[in-house]
Amino acid sequence: MATQRKGIEVSIAMADAVAQANVDVIAAYPITPQTHIVEHLSEIVANGELDAEYVPVESEHSAMSVCCGSSAVGARTFTSTSSQGLALMAEIFYIAASMRLPMVMALANRSLSGPLSIWNDHTDTMMVRDAGWIHIFVENGQECYDNVFCGFRISEDPDIMLPLAINLDGFILTHMIEPVIYEDNETIRKYLPDVRMKNALHPDNPVSMGCFAMPEIYTEAQMSREHGVRNSYPTIVKAWQEWGDLTGRYYKPVETYRADDADYCIVTMGSYGETAMEVVDALREEGEKVGVVKIRLWRPFPFDDFRKAVLGKKSLIVIDRAISFGGPGGPVATELRSALYGKPGAPTIVNYVAGLAGRDVSRNDFKNIILEGKAKAEKGETDGFTLYGLRG
Amino acid sequence: MDKFSVFSSRLVDKSENFTSGHRACQGCAEALAVRHVMKALGRDTIVAMATGCMEIISSPLPLTSWKVPWIHNAFENPSAVISGCESGMKAMMRKGKIPQKKINFVAMGGDGATADIGMGPLSGALERGHDMVYVCYDNEAYMNTGIQRSSSTPYGASTTTSPAGKVSIGQHTQKKNMAQIAVAHNIPYVATACSSFPFDLMDKVRRAAETPGPAYVHVLSVCPTGWRIPTQDAIKYGRLAVDSCVFPLYEVINGKYRLSYKPYKKLPLNEYLKGQGRFRHLTDKEIQLIQQKVDRDYERILRLCEEEE
Repeated sequence: MATQRKGIEVSIAMADAVAQANVDVIAAYPITPQTHIVEHLSEIVANGELDAEYVPVESEHSAMSVCCGSSAVGARTFTSTSSQGLALMAEIFYIAASMRLPMVMALANRSLSGPLSIWNDHTDTMMVRDAGWIHIFVENGQECYDNVFCGFRISEDPDIMLPLAINLDGFILTHMIEPVIYEDNETIRKYLPDVRMKNALHPDNPVSMGCFAMPEIYTEAQMSREHGVRNSYPTIVKAWQEWGDLTGRYYKPVETYRADDADYCIVTMGSYGETAMEVVDALREEGEKVGVVKIRLWRPFPFDDFRKAVLGKKSLIVIDRAISFGGPGGPVATELRSALYGKPGAPTIVNYVAGLAGRDVSRNDFKNIILEGKAKAEKGETDGFTLYGLRG
Repeated sequence: MDKFSVFSSRLVDKSENFTSGHRACQGCAEALAVRHVMKALGRDTIVAMATGCMEIISSPLPLTSWKVPWIHNAFENPSAVISGCESGMKAMMRKGKIPQKKINFVAMGGDGATADIGMGPLSGALERGHDMVYVCYDNEAYMNTGIQRSSSTPYGASTTTSPAGKVSIGQHTQKKNMAQIAVAHNIPYVATACSSFPFDLMDKVRRAAETPGPAYVHVLSVCPTGWRIPTQDAIKYGRLAVDSCVFPLYEVINGKYRLSYKPYKKLPLNEYLKGQGRFRHLTDKEIQLIQQKVDRDYERILRLCEEEE
């Protein structure tokens, strides 16, 4: 098997992966910072390197609607968006999941308006947390590339049939040039064969999709969605395992770094994991017993993996990239508190919200957050959240 | 066409692709229009339908009235959903993933879904040139939610959100002309039709489906509930709308207009308005003003069709 290591912009690598995945339909609308992905895909299609329908829609709402239509006829479907685009398509985003329509979205995370900002945080994706999609957070270019294939494999699995979002940090990942190992097409075809969806819309087998539900059946329909998302977990783990067996790059729902003997762990999602690891290395040299816990799989939430990783620790310092105004804390910390509530050996949680709308969180900031968080934990100041780096 | 009705009816497909047992109101001419449209389209059709009357009456989970593949997604997006169906099928057939087959891709929506909330997606789909047919069933208000005004409600009609009152005539804006908006997209086929003229309607739908590229068919669909008329009069009021030239039937094929039906004798507007509860508050003077507008609009259509008055 021939692999190729390239220095390449992450968006381009992701578009190349989508082409290698041999998608049939791409629906695209421009929004920063996902634009490079769909721009590059349009080039690939224009040059005849991928035989697909590139549908340049008139809004993100229609992008997601086109994806629903193409997925419903059984075509392999991809789209990408960010921020306001996601907000506009939110209505259909929920419906896609409720109709069990497989597709993969590159969700280049960006702050929501207002004030208008094009920069990175997680406020957009947290808005659709409960839509019933599978959500994966990636950390670097390689993970973006790899998870396109894993994403389609998981999403189109006949037992799963759910749309899947790959959350990648806008600019921090989308516009970064990184080394990415490309797999050859033979490997990809082996891992991701073309599948014909059962009960796709076709005159030979007429089905009705998207019927409306009276109260006597709505509850059951929701329960079936809950089962669908929750029970996708083993398939996701298996898809990552098989990808690892083929390529040597293994992924897990929750990953840890120097966490086994740590008293304190910093918890991150997305690209912050890499910086956190470097800072933990430095703090370890200073004698601090700290580690990193990275949540890669956000939905379905990997409760067992997470608890296994953190039970017995003294405290977790959780970095959120979004605020729940007037709520108990950042969305991630809130969920983690809930996942640990009443569990013996549960660590306390100190919550920081940092890096809103792309405000840089440097190595030094991570260090401050960890040390300050540790001090807060020791003093028992574990309520609510702290907005890190707030000026004035 | 209509003079051949006796024979034409024998040529119509006997199979029902939109089956009985649905939950439409008595006398619903929109359900009748759907039935005729589906007869014209046949089984090799995929339908994407907007939220609205026709969706809820035909698909209460786990029942369905549809014998063709059918998808409902949301209110405003059937044109985008059918764009996706068409694109997906096209790509898969081209790539040999599925066998080649001629399939009609048809989006359907009411006047609210078409002229109001789904205007952007419809315009986008027409502009992109998908091989599709969009059928608008125009009953001139949001009937499903309880007769609220839409931009397709005619001037002077009383609805639950444009009620006639001491200082209001009811709807005080002019009906949006969707067929003309479709024509402005320079698409190969646009037509107006009415379920009171079923053979004309079926002809047009067939032509629309045979036309490569986007086609738009605007169907006036009488709603006894919303128009406040007796249920047995739905067909009659459709004929009156056409015979009074309030709703002329025409086609625009590659930009060329053709009148489909010219009333033997143009009926006065009052014939159409009287008896409809939604217009009963109008005074003779107001009706006279509306008549002038109807005349002007009809003359314009005649000119475009190069017909004499």
